[in-house]
Amino acid sequence: MSALTFLTLLPLVGAVLIAVLPPRQSGLARALGLGFMLSVLLCSVVLALNYDRAVGGIQFSERHEWIPSLGIQYFLGVDSLSILLLLLTAIVTPFALMAAGPSAAKVNVLLVLLLQAALIGSFTALNFIHWFLFYELSLVPAFFLVRSAGGKPAAVAAFRFFVYTLLGGLAMLIAFLAIQLATGSFDLVHLAKLGRSGALEALLITRFGALGIGSCGIGLLVFCGIFLGLAVKVPVVPFHTWLPDAYSEAPSPVSMLLTGLMSKMGVYGLLRLLLPLFPARMQELATPLLWLALITIIFSAVAALAQTDIKRLLAYSSVNHLGYCLLGIFAFAAAPGGLPNDRAAAMDGVLLQIFNHGITASALFCFVAFIERRSGGLRGLADFGGLRAPAPVLAGLMGIAIFSSLGLPGLNGFVGEFLIFKGTFGLVWWGAMFAAIGLFVTAVFLLNLIQKVFTGPLPARWEKFPDMTAAEILTVAPAIALIFVLGIFPQVLIALINKPVFLP
Amino acid sequence: MILNATFLSAFLGAALVLLLPERFARASRWIALLAAMAGFGFALKAFAGYDQSAGAPHFQYATQIPWVRALGISFFTQADGISLVLMVLTGITAIAGVLFSWNVTQRPRAFFAFFLTIIGGVYGVFQSFDLFLLFVFYEIVIVPKYFLIAAWGSTNREYGAMKLTVFSVAGSALVLLVLAATYAVSGGQSFDLMVLTTLAFPASFQAWAFPVLFLGFAVLAGIWPFHVWAPTGHVAAPTAVSMLLAGVVMKLGSYSALRVAMTLFPQGLDQWRMVVAVLATISILYGALVALAQKDLKFVVGYSSVNHMGFVLLGLVTLNTVGLSGAVLQMFSHGIIGGLLFAVVGRMIYDRTHTRDIATLGTMELSKALPFAAFTFTVASVASMGLPGFSGFISEFTILTGTWKSFPILLIPAGIGVVVTVAFTLRALQRSFFAPQESGPPDRSTHHEDFEPITFPERLGACLLILATLGVGLYPKVLLDPIVRSFDSPLMHQLIREVASK
Repeated sequence: MSALTFLTLLPLVGAVLIAVLPPRQSGLARALGLGFMLSVLLCSVVLALNYDRAVGGIQFSERHEWIPSLGIQYFLGVDSLSILLLLLTAIVTPFALMAAGPSAAKVNVLLVLLLQAALIGSFTALNFIHWFLFYELSLVPAFFLVRSAGGKPAAVAAFRFFVYTLLGGLAMLIAFLAIQLATGSFDLVHLAKLGRSGALEALLITRFGALGIGSCGIGLLVFCGIFLGLAVKVPVVPFHTWLPDAYSEAPSPVSMLLTGLMSKMGVYGLLRLLLPLFPARMQELATPLLWLALITIIFSAVAALAQTDIKRLLAYSSVNHLGYCLLGIFAFAAAPGGLPNDRAAAMDGVLLQIFNHGITASALFCFVAFIERRSGGLRGLADFGGLRAPAPVLAGLMGIAIFSSLGLPGLNGFVGEFLIFKGTFGLVWWGAMFAAIGLFVTAVFLLNLIQKVFTGPLPARWEKFPDMTAAEILTVAPAIALIFVLGIFPQVLIALINKPVFLP
Repeated sequence: MILNATFLSAFLGAALVLLLPERFARASRWIALLAAMAGFGFALKAFAGYDQSAGAPHFQYATQIPWVRALGISFFTQADGISLVLMVLTGITAIAGVLFSWNVTQRPRAFFAFFLTIIGGVYGVFQSFDLFLLFVFYEIVIVPKYFLIAAWGSTNREYGAMKLTVFSVAGSALVLLVLAATYAVSGGQSFDLMVLTTLAFPASFQAWAFPVLFLGFAVLAGIWPFHVWAPTGHVAAPTAVSMLLAGVVMKLGSYSALRVAMTLFPQGLDQWRMVVAVLATISILYGALVALAQKDLKFVVGYSSVNHMGFVLLGLVTLNTVGLSGAVLQMFSHGIIGGLLFAVVGRMIYDRTHTRDIATLGTMELSKALPFAAFTFTVASVASMGLPGFSGFISEFTILTGTWKSFPILLIPAGIGVVVTVAFTLRALQRSFFAPQESGPPDRSTHHEDFEPITFPERLGACLLILATLGVGLYPKVLLDPIVRSFDSPLMHQLIREVASK
């Protein structure tokens, strides 16, 4: 058994152990779950350290025949992009469990471990079906976790989340069936080779040219199918309508997982499936795609400005930050002839943004969880004010996370966005120009959040608002430390992501 | 022969059960279990012993004994991968069915005798290669269904039983008509399928014989618009019978459509292929949409059978190896998953709550009161939606691949059907098992404290079915290899229309 199979199975073993625990042993389940998650973290770090950066490419790969008649293999391996996401998964999952604190029931710990296994599986898979298996299976624990908030709104939100994502997944699956029929392969590495040389589209036309949808129609159709699936997952406006409800109705620790990890599956899919397979098609469609990214950035920022509920505000803010990832990816694809420096900046920026947004956004939802715990579930902007006085530590630490999200230099959020803007400006100047509007609005709504919650007159009922406990400080300490470390020494990550396999 | 041992053990079990003295009536379930396990054991042994090496014959375990020489009727049984896969399915469903009928106290001897008769008939159909013999077994299945539903059923049982029987008998009448005509046209020499398929029937004959014969079988497979017996029949039937109906009896229709109608009349098939594909797609969509509107949980599962069998029929008429093998895999997969869904709804839930109304079930906090039932239904729903990791994904995915090759345009309605399937399954799961409790603390005195806990046989049956769908989902090669191999046989040669592609 290779290291990666072991890493995927580890949380599953934890889930099985928790399942056979006697009922009402939530404390033990949490301890056990945390133990398994920390082991995953340890293993991921060891894996990252053992990844030979000088060689690059795909390492630790493992390949077995699975369903030969359909070209499906059990094929996994990691490159720097996968390692980045594995590390993020390994960090955010225990963070979310700790944020839930004693409120996490046994079954929820189990579901989080299942979700972690699905995430690890999808970030290491190199055969489409193998990837799809984990991508879809992650929905089941996520569905129950979102519902675990109880009440009808959460049930409705979970339902929409599940059905929308599955609808997108189906479009993607059908598109990949066409690819398989044309090329005989689901192997992402092989398909990336075909994609780079342009042979993929040629094969699609040979296979399906007779359908009468025009010689280039089939390529476009397949591209759109895959894009639709990922666009729902990321999400790209206008496919985002499931998101605000899901993020705000889910318990806050679950929102941490949704925004920190599950949204990254979509961005990962863009980088792993779409960009390597259809580089020419993406270049051709770059202008509409860039506009979609810009609409995502600006619309979500403006929508966040209009929110009165902290979680909905953060949900739109999350869409906004992932919009910068889209911008960087599409700009990268738009100008294959651009300066290598600019392209590298855009792509490095995207990868840093993936990681940093994962840390920062989950930290923000973690603070919301702490606030909700004290306010009895209240989370309207208008419900609070002046909390800085009774809870200075909370105000300070959450302020750090907000400023990181806002992109203050010296904190981690800045680096990724800066590189994306730098690269995009060199490649597609107008993209960077318009996206800057979003940057401005982001600053406004995040500052507004600080102002409404932490400054101003303190309502009488919050005079005894308790400050953070030692356990809570301990929970967020690693995230806050990462915000500073990655802000000041981003080269730690940049060294890792230096040469992902898909870069031509 | 080992194949014949499958149905013989079932018939023997039925006879033994009937011979039991009245005071040992309760022991009939043990006999039924043993008979079911014996049948499954023989089926499994035959499956494991099926020689898949390159030169091995496609049909193995042949037994041919002349029966009515004058008419060319013989007792002729043999099996290829398709037969064996479906016989294994029959074995699993039989065992699970007995386990979920462990609580039958009303006339158990008659119940289990009828039950085992159906099982024996089903085994028989899957191995008969003489059309007369096949038809005999086919009829053996139909009669006991009526009594099982009418005597042990629930909700509108006389109506459900009668409707189901009328449709089944009408279907058989069409089948009989065409079989007789075929016999006459072929010169009255033989009922041997292997011989008949080598004859070229005149095109004008095939043009009407194919649709009539195919329809006769497809009625049993629940094709739209002749599906109407399925939901009412499934709902009225006792749990084990719903499991059998959805699990294997509907497969008799699709299996015979493939084995007899399609192989006998390839030219007729060509003419009517598009019509069947459209009807199958309508079944997919219609089954899903109607299921979305149901208030009774068992009707949801009943219509989901129509939806899933639509995929089988669509896969059959793709006429390429991928789509056809997907169709056979879907027969297996739906047999397991459909059986599991009916087991939860009929036995675990209805026998305890005495209601299947989704809204009423929603007030009972079933996820807390009957956690094992909720767990099983969740797994079955996830599998039924076609999520990867379960057998339903791999079979529907294979069928969709075949559809891409043959009818790309039908992918759109079929894809919508898949999405609606997800929606109705999730809706049913959510509303009946995990409904949010709006009004204060639940009234514990009337609800879940007094449900009888899930018994051991139920757990065993559920685990058996879950393992089957999960095992095939994770390692479909074990079934796909023998199935794909079977489409190489001379019997199927005229069927595969694949354009030679690289």
